[in-house]
Parts: sequence; structure tokens; C-alpha cells
Amino acid sequence: MIQLDNVTKRFPGGQEALSGLSLSVDKGEMVFVTGHSGAGKSTLLRLIALIERPTSGQVIVDNQNTRRVKRRKIPAYRRQIGMVFQDHKLLYDRPVFDNVALPLIIAGVSHRDAGRRVRAALDQVSLLHKEKQSPQTLSAGEQQRVGIARAIVTRPKVLIADEPTGNLDPDLSLEVMRIFRRFNEVGVTLLIASHDISLIDRLGCRRIALEEGKLQQEADPWQ
Amino acid sequence: MAVTRNSDAVAPVRSSSAFSIWLTRHASTSIGALGRLSRQPFASLMIVLVIAVTLALPAAINVVVKNAQSVSSSWNNALDFSVYLKLDVSVSEAEGLARLIRQRADVESVDLVTADAALAEFKLASGFGDALDQLSANPLPHALVVRPGPGNTGASLTLLQEEIGNLPETDLVQVDTEWVQRFHAILDIVRKAIAIGSALLGIAIVVIIGNTIRLDIENRREEIEVTKLIGASNAFVRRPFLWTGFWYGLLGGTSALALVQYGLYLLKEPVTRLAGLYQGNITVVTLGISESLTIIGAAVFLGLFASWVTAARHMRRIEPR
Repeated sequence: MIQLDNVTKRFPGGQEALSGLSLSVDKGEMVFVTGHSGAGKSTLLRLIALIERPTSGQVIVDNQNTRRVKRRKIPAYRRQIGMVFQDHKLLYDRPVFDNVALPLIIAGVSHRDAGRRVRAALDQVSLLHKEKQSPQTLSAGEQQRVGIARAIVTRPKVLIADEPTGNLDPDLSLEVMRIFRRFNEVGVTLLIASHDISLIDRLGCRRIALEEGKLQQEADPWQ
Repeated sequence: MAVTRNSDAVAPVRSSSAFSIWLTRHASTSIGALGRLSRQPFASLMIVLVIAVTLALPAAINVVVKNAQSVSSSWNNALDFSVYLKLDVSVSEAEGLARLIRQRADVESVDLVTADAALAEFKLASGFGDALDQLSANPLPHALVVRPGPGNTGASLTLLQEEIGNLPETDLVQVDTEWVQRFHAILDIVRKAIAIGSALLGIAIVVIIGNTIRLDIENRREEIEVTKLIGASNAFVRRPFLWTGFWYGLLGGTSALALVQYGLYLLKEPVTRLAGLYQGNITVVTLGISESLTIIGAAVFLGLFASWVTAARHMRRIEPR
């Protein structure tokens, strides 16, 4: 589902965020990317989201080579991927419902269908009763769940998350991870950047460890 | 909590309803943009007022010129000019010439004053009747009194007189009322000045609206970034700003119209009083429907143009980081 072939990302300053990285995530897998800050976790996700382009190498997502996605086609490409961010990136000038509905509005889904799907997504993160509230009135954990509802409302095949539990305490982190786990059980491929190794070990998922832009090891607890 | 199978991507929009969805989205975006303006009533009002005053200025001067023109058109007989024909032109030739000139679009009427009629009139008016009887032949030429049509400007009057003056039968064109022509020439200049001034003020409106939209875009930079991050196209993030420009134009244009009409309403009474003093039937000419629509249309166009240019330029630059 996600495949990187010998990917290097060099920034204008000269430092390399990723150096000849190759990895692959199968369809329906839930994989964690770990590593210290600066190891290249975020850069990896940003390449998948086409926020950045690789200096060399290939990034292939759902059989699409991102190199061939033209600038004008980036919005359509991004609509196929669900994205969750550490700082939620919610819009605070509108209620929870409108935040979750935004991807559907962008995709041009009719008003009635959108309403149904937004409620379904909010139900999956147990926030149906807060659809009319402003995100500001929600706790950090609830805000993150709104962000997750927004990421899955379009039913993407792939979901990427950058430190989704970075600002949450252990209980809330576990709750968020359980939500991800449930999506994974219905076939969504997930790639999650996190440094919370104890939490990852409890979930028992494959872990890709990065160090200075390279693969450190690939630890699969099932093998 | 039931988790449904989510593996398919966004369901494609049925083409039959795509247009109605598009329409609904535009409607909600336009109302959203209006709502955004109403949430900052003071700032929005200021901009609408600036646009209104900027548009009202040329519109008002234009109305004044129109009124001046309508007043001067009641001096139409003052615009009459005499065309003295050469002595060897016969009556039938003069009649033919009168018919020919009468056919011109810029001429209202042509009266032929034959040499005999002129002499008879002169005898009566001058009191030299007996002395004139001594003349063996009539020394006067035939003459045409031409009354130009009401649509003439100073320039077209001059042209008309030159053209008639250049006819082979014409000896002399005599204009007694050059001041009226000068007045028309001044109106011509004012009208041209309005056109130039309007263009400059139009540029000012584009700059004002463009700058406002630019600030708006800067204020909503984060929102634009997030929206783009979850797959919004440039067209999608541009749309609310286009609607903002549209509303500025529509509200500004309508206010400009209201300002001009109110000004005319204030002037109506004193002008009627003045007209009464001169026993003239001067009425204040107000803006017609087509002129009103032109003002509003121009304002809306300028608003859309300004927001389009600004949004197009800035949207491409704002990308998620």
C-alpha cells in the first residue's frame, strides 16, 4: 500500500532528513514509525502527503507514484489519504460538525449524505453528542478525536498520523490508539509516527525505527 | 459502537445532482462570506463607504453634465445657424439643398428663406421700402436656417457647420451664438475628464478591495493551509474570497447609487425654485435604470476582478508547511 524505494530527502541547507530509505507497508497493516526527533519520521509522512517531494527515489501510495502526481492534482491525491496531526489542525471558528464535514464539502458530497457520514464518523470517536460545540471547549483528547473523525470521514484506504498522542496523557493516548486499531480491523492501512514505545509495544504492531534518516531495525513481534 | 467497513474512498458524486450540489455550495459560501462581513460591521462598512464614495463621485458629475445638457437643449433655437448661398444658386437648387440637409440625422429642421422673402422682410423691418424699390435686381442671396438636432455635442456642431460650409452652393455660414457652442465644448471636455477620472477611481477601488482581501487572506492563512492539507484545491479556497469581493462590489455600488439619488433629491427643490424664477421648465434628470445597473454592474465587476487577482496570487503561495 505504501512503498518507499531508496528515498532521499535533502533540504536546501544540505542536511539529509532521509538517506536512501526503503520500506513498505502492506494493505491492511498498522505500522508505527519511531525514532528521536530529527530522525526523519515527520519527513517520511510529509513525503506521503506530498507536502514535500523526495530529492531522489520513489514514493508509491496505493499504486500511485507520487512523482507523477502533478501540482494541480495534489488536492485530489490528498483527498484519498486521511491525515491526523499532533496539533489537530482544527478550525476554531466553526463547530465540531463543520470541522468534520470539511473534507466532504471539499469533495462535493451532497448536504444530506455529508450529515449522515459526519455523524457516523463522530460516533466512531464517541463525540456524537458534541457536534455543535466549538473545538475550543473540548479537551486535548477530544480535539484529537475530532481530528481523527475528520481524517476518516471520507473513508480513506490509508491513514497517516504524525505524533497523534504527542500532547496526550497515557490514558487518552491508549484511547486514541484503540480507535486507530478499530479502523485497522476494518481494513484501513495505518502509518503512525510516534515515540511512545511502551504504548506501541502494548498494541503489538510492527515498528519501523528510524535513525538519522535511515532504517535502524525492523522489529516484528510476530516473528 | 459499530464500525462499518470503510475501505472504499469517497463515493463519487452522481452527475445528475452535481450541478445542484455545486449551486448549494456556492449559495452557502456566498452567505458565509456575507456573514463574515457582518461579523466585522465597522470595518466592512468603512470599505463599502469608500467604494460608494469613489463610485458616487464620477456618477454625480455625470448627472450634473446630463442636467446641464438638458438645460442647454432648451436653447436649441439658439443653436440655429444661417447658411447664405451663392448668388447664382436658383430657388429650385436651394430647395433641393434644403431637402438634402434635412435628411441628415444631426439636423432637426431646415427653413429656406428665398431672396424675395428676405427682401420683403427687410423692406418691412428696415423702413427703407421706397429706397429698396429703386433697385433693379434683388441683391440678397437665398438663405437656409438650419436647426441642429438635440443630440449634438460641441464637436459635432462644428463638424456639421464645416460640412455645410464646404458645399459648393454655400457662400457663408454664419453662427451668431458661438457661446452655446463653447458651452457644449466645455461639456465635452468635462465628459472626457469624467471618463479618465472614472478609470483612475476604478483602479483605486481595485486596489482598495484587493488590499482588503489580501489582509483577509493573511488573517485566514492557517485555515487555508489546513484546508489545503486535507485536499482542497486552489479554486475551493479561493471561492469565499471571490464572494467577499462580490459583496463589497454589490454593497458599494448600491450605496453609491443611494448617495447620488439622495443628493439629487436634495437638489430637486432648489432647482425647481430656480427654474420657477426663470419661468423655464427645468426638471432634474436623475439616473435611469440602465445607468443605475451600469454603476452596480461596474462595482460588482471591480470587486470580483480585484478579489480574483489577489486571491489567485496569494493562494498559490500559501501551501501547507
